Amino acid sequence: MARLTKIYKTATAVDGISFAIRRGSITGLLGGNGAGKTTTIAMIMGLVQPTSGQVEVLGHSMPEESAAVLGRMNFESPYVDMPMRLTVRQNLTIFGRLYAVDHLKERIAELASQLDLTDFIDRASGKLSAGQKTRVALAKALINDPELLLLDEPTASLDPDTADWVRGHLERYRERRGATILLASHNMLEVERLCDRVIIMKRGRIEDDDSPAGIMVRYNRSTLEEVFLDVARGRDREAAQ
Amino acid sequence: MNDLSLRIAPHRIGAMVLRYWYLLLSSWPRLLELMYWPTLQIITWGFLQTYIASNAGFFARAGGTLIGAVILWDILFRGQLGFSISFLEEMWARNIGNLMMSPLTPLEFLLALMTMSLIRLAIGIIPMTLIAVWFFDFNFYSLGLPLVAFFCNLIFTSWAVGIFVSGLVLRNGLGAESIVWTLMFALMPLACVYYPVQVLPHWLQWVAWSLPPTYVFEGMRALLSDHVFRSDLMLTALGLNAALLLASFAAFIALLRSARRAGSLLSSGE
Repeated sequence: MARLTKIYKTATAVDGISFAIRRGSITGLLGGNGAGKTTTIAMIMGLVQPTSGQVEVLGHSMPEESAAVLGRMNFESPYVDMPMRLTVRQNLTIFGRLYAVDHLKERIAELASQLDLTDFIDRASGKLSAGQKTRVALAKALINDPELLLLDEPTASLDPDTADWVRGHLERYRERRGATILLASHNMLEVERLCDRVIIMKRGRIEDDDSPAGIMVRYNRSTLEEVFLDVARGRDREAAQ
Repeated sequence: MNDLSLRIAPHRIGAMVLRYWYLLLSSWPRLLELMYWPTLQIITWGFLQTYIASNAGFFARAGGTLIGAVILWDILFRGQLGFSISFLEEMWARNIGNLMMSPLTPLEFLLALMTMSLIRLAIGIIPMTLIAVWFFDFNFYSLGLPLVAFFCNLIFTSWAVGIFVSGLVLRNGLGAESIVWTLMFALMPLACVYYPVQVLPHWLQWVAWSLPPTYVFEGMRALLSDHVFRSDLMLTALGLNAALLLASFAAFIALLRSARRAGSLLSSGE
């Protein structure tokens, strides 16, 4: 993306950011509330129209060439739900058909096995626990075996065990598929564990951009959480050193 | 979702119809509700027609005018509701974002909603017409081929209104939901459902003749009272409906784009 800006009336949510993501990598978008992470991801997905700037996904301009791209990407976000009255299997069937997934029954069975959905696959989605809902949302995000996966707070509101399990699954998926993953998160441990690269955002701008280790060295900190607090409280790299 | 794409993939439309079909089957009160109001309508108006026909010469001559109008009005109203409620289901379920980011195009989405409007309408209207036969000796289907022209014109208008109000809800969130339930009633007095256009003041007749349903209700009265099928009225209505459908699709796309600019697809609540 190049010089991407989003202004809502008078509030600037994203302010001229540019970055490119290497295929097959996991990149984390870090930042406090209102930093512009969700808006950035929503612009990549095409849910929000940028005020200015360009977005290119998998070699295609968005939104002009979205038809060539939307079937090759997918997402999970706390801003959307799966239809609650439908069972997990019905929901996955519908999304599988929307994405023209071949051998859909087998694909659903495979995801049910991988994500441990078998016990509740014929239960209404609205009757699931938070952890189960997250796994179902992840199954929907993976139904088309996407090359690009956009995740907004993928482990929010999960207990540590389930969150760890989801992270493990994402790591395995990236390795198996060679997929590119962009995730927005407040969870520093998650970002440290999963991401090859971290982009720190603050007030709609990119504050820093490096590997987790590189950023920690620059801020002279031993954890990303300490770096996050430095950035959030306005202490720059030099001050931290 | 590419807004202006005219691609149509039957498997995606089928997927959306399946989604609404699952939803209908998941709740028997929803299914029952589809039949409940049309049944009440036809019973109430049917008895009124029976009473008036026994006391007034015109209604005695034009048997079934009132019941015919009730059924045709319900096609118009419930056609739009069937369309719009399926759309609202996506808003209530916070599923719009999932659809907008899928390969589904707006045109495919709207075609799926139209299909569901027909299915929901059939569930509500068929029992209504059977009650009209059994209780009030009015066979709606005996209207024959003209009925096809009436039905098509009314359903096209209902879709045009449905598309437009869905765009408004998409742009403004569920705070605009009441428009879905009320907008069609604004057309009711002007479309001259239960009385001829001549009843209106002269200046208002121009407004009435700009609405496709007016031609249908006039056509129905001509058929039942004078036993004449006015194909000229039906063709004019068809032309107006084509313009209305195009305008509503353009409005939907404009409102969708406005929703993307405002970020309202991310927060589809009130």
